[in-house]
Amino acid sequence: MVDATPHAEQGIPPAETPELELYHPRGWWTTYVFSQDAKVIAIQYSGTALAIGLVALVLSWLMRLQLGFPGTFDFITPEAYYQFMTMHGMIMVIYLLTALFLGGFGNYLIPLMVGARDMVFPYVNMLSYWIYLLAVLVLVASFFAPGGPTGAGWTLYPPQVILSGTPGGQGAGIVLMLVSLILFIIGFTMGGLNYVVTVIQGRTRGMTLMRMPLTVWGIFTATVMALLAFPALFVACVMMLFDRLLGTSFFMPALVEMGELMSYGGGSPILFQHLFWFFGHPEVYIVALPAFGIVSDLISTHARKNIFGYRMMVWAIVIIGALSFVVWAHHMYVSGMHPWFGFFFATTTLIIAIPTAIKVYNWVLTLWRGDIHLTLPMLFALAFIVTFVNGGLTGLFLGNVVVDVPLSDTMFVVAHFHMVMGVAPVLVVFGAIYHWYPKITGRMLNEAMGQFHFWVTFVGAYAIFFPMHYVGLVGVPRRYPELGDVAFATDSVHSLNAFITIAALTVGFAQMVFLFNLVWSLRNGREAGGNPWRATSLEWQTPTTPPPHGNWGAERPVVYRWAYDYSVPGAPEDFIAQNDPGSRHRGAV
Amino acid sequence: MSVILVFLVVVIGFSFWWLSHQRLMSKPWLETGAALPATDVPEMPAAKVALGIFLAVVGSLFALFASAYFMRMEYADWQAPPLPPVLWFNTVVLVLASIALSCAVRAAREDRMDLTRLGLAAAGLSSVVFLIGQLAAWRALSAAGHFIDVNAANGFFYLITGMHGLHILGGLIALARVSALAWRETYSSARVRLGIDLCAMYWHFLLFVWLCLFILLAGWAGDLVAICRQFLA
Repeated sequence: MVDATPHAEQGIPPAETPELELYHPRGWWTTYVFSQDAKVIAIQYSGTALAIGLVALVLSWLMRLQLGFPGTFDFITPEAYYQFMTMHGMIMVIYLLTALFLGGFGNYLIPLMVGARDMVFPYVNMLSYWIYLLAVLVLVASFFAPGGPTGAGWTLYPPQVILSGTPGGQGAGIVLMLVSLILFIIGFTMGGLNYVVTVIQGRTRGMTLMRMPLTVWGIFTATVMALLAFPALFVACVMMLFDRLLGTSFFMPALVEMGELMSYGGGSPILFQHLFWFFGHPEVYIVALPAFGIVSDLISTHARKNIFGYRMMVWAIVIIGALSFVVWAHHMYVSGMHPWFGFFFATTTLIIAIPTAIKVYNWVLTLWRGDIHLTLPMLFALAFIVTFVNGGLTGLFLGNVVVDVPLSDTMFVVAHFHMVMGVAPVLVVFGAIYHWYPKITGRMLNEAMGQFHFWVTFVGAYAIFFPMHYVGLVGVPRRYPELGDVAFATDSVHSLNAFITIAALTVGFAQMVFLFNLVWSLRNGREAGGNPWRATSLEWQTPTTPPPHGNWGAERPVVYRWAYDYSVPGAPEDFIAQNDPGSRHRGAV
Repeated sequence: MSVILVFLVVVIGFSFWWLSHQRLMSKPWLETGAALPATDVPEMPAAKVALGIFLAVVGSLFALFASAYFMRMEYADWQAPPLPPVLWFNTVVLVLASIALSCAVRAAREDRMDLTRLGLAAAGLSSVVFLIGQLAAWRALSAAGHFIDVNAANGFFYLITGMHGLHILGGLIALARVSALAWRETYSSARVRLGIDLCAMYWHFLLFVWLCLFILLAGWAGDLVAICRQFLA
């Protein structure tokens, strides 16, 4: 590739790193299937994640049908319900959200946003996707294994996880689940190294860390966290696999099953909980930080205003990332821990609210007196802020030991985490797809279908999860396939359960419209042009749309400013692209 | 979970130190674009940065194993298996592998290909001997009736040494590729030098991990913690 030496005369320093030697595919297979181009890999990641996410969506409908109309559907046995629940949770958290944010958006946006031609290690990047696909296939295979998939709950708590009473516990279900997770982690590590090193090493001239869009900051920090947190899940999975297959007793205490003493003895179930949540809590922020970053960019672009408090936003992302490693035991308040530990973890949990609140204030202050365009990405971004605040507020309840203990294992918890890490990040995923689809395909998504999708999803999600808080407060436990005739459940609980189910099915239908829109607009969408949102960041400044292999043509762009020069007084347009060398105050006196 | 927390403090501390050199206090909204700042991309080759980060991931993995080991150790029924004496021999062999790689790094820098190849071969050979030695340790334990499923301490022994061995095995693949390159090329090219550097870095790290694990498995770590506790009390 040509290095732009002529710039030297204009006082622009030469590139600090040599140009990446780009791999050029030679045939159809290496261009579209075994591709090493981050953009193709991103689409492969996203397609696979959405496909498996669809399975999880259908599972949630089946669960809701059982909860809303118990006894009506014969094929939803309690065992099947547990399997649906487990697979729904695991797929949504790991195989959909993590893969989509880091593998999908990370792959597509990092190289484009930092002005690189591709990821630093394209071959490893390709391997990362194929191992991820293998992990998904192993997971899907467990549906067809004798005994079906595991039904241990997505937290896979021992000892029940490998007992014969749990669906898939003594069959292949749990083994396939653990193998799939191990594969996922190996694949992710390969991709994650790429994302981090590309941000550190692949930036173009002028793109200092503090000029990067917050999307890159979010994905970068989340990837670093994931690289450090996923080993905990890896360790837990390997040890559990040993317990299940080799008869070790890492997590299995001595116990009697069906009147027979099992060969296990001396294992510690609590040890598993520590390992699982040491991964599990950072995982919440692994999903949330990319969402934070993306939503900052959506709000700034569609409100035509620079992000408020950019520096604070960066620091907050980094601090949240670091703090999220010392709060894991707030998932274990009812595990019988020492009260002082509970006190410690409640304190750290509440401290995280500070940087998070800074971010929320800054989003709101960015909107203040902005030129707000209620485009689809903006609608989703606004919906995210509201939903995240909602979920965060119930987090304050659950973060305190004394309030958590009675609420633990009720539907209140389910409502809380669906708001904060289910609905909120998914709204950002949608907003981001509406925002970047024009760059990926060259066409806009259909507006009417988009509006329908947004309003049904947004209002529907509240119809599902607001009543669920109440149901939980009444005392309805989570993980029960059927409530039965209990005194504490009022009539309203039963009718609300039916209402929630109908809302869930409606929201599910809206997602079908969205998927149809994705396909329909490929051919029939309005031509987008290179920069339909008039945005500043580099991905919108590529010479052609969709960006070609190598992204930038002959020369990589040179960056002269940060990513948020919107509505600069005196500028001829209401945005100045990052690679625009012109003075910020062109035309100003 | 104290081991992993200490490890994380080190990693996060290093990350913050690095970030503090990235002009985090700058005000990008005031940079007018006329003076273009340097991008601050490290001069290190990307592969080296990547390996450094990968080693942090590997470190986190073993720190978690160590954390789990410590947590389980506190139970009253803890009974660690006897340490097979062959582990001493294995440790020496792994140290030799590291030294051989250090020599290879130096020889490659001075463009002495014969010595480079010798170093690489010695490192590969001693690593293979190390792996065979680890297998011998397993055999010695199982011959004495210390099977993997007898108690948790045995389980940890096989699991942790196995995981470390797998990492050496993975390193051997990389080492084989670098050696093949070193045998093909007549002079010490940048690619060969980088490859050997990376191998050396990986081996030194795995040696460090092994020494920590050895201390852990020998039961000295428990004594060390007890002494520290007494000292603090």
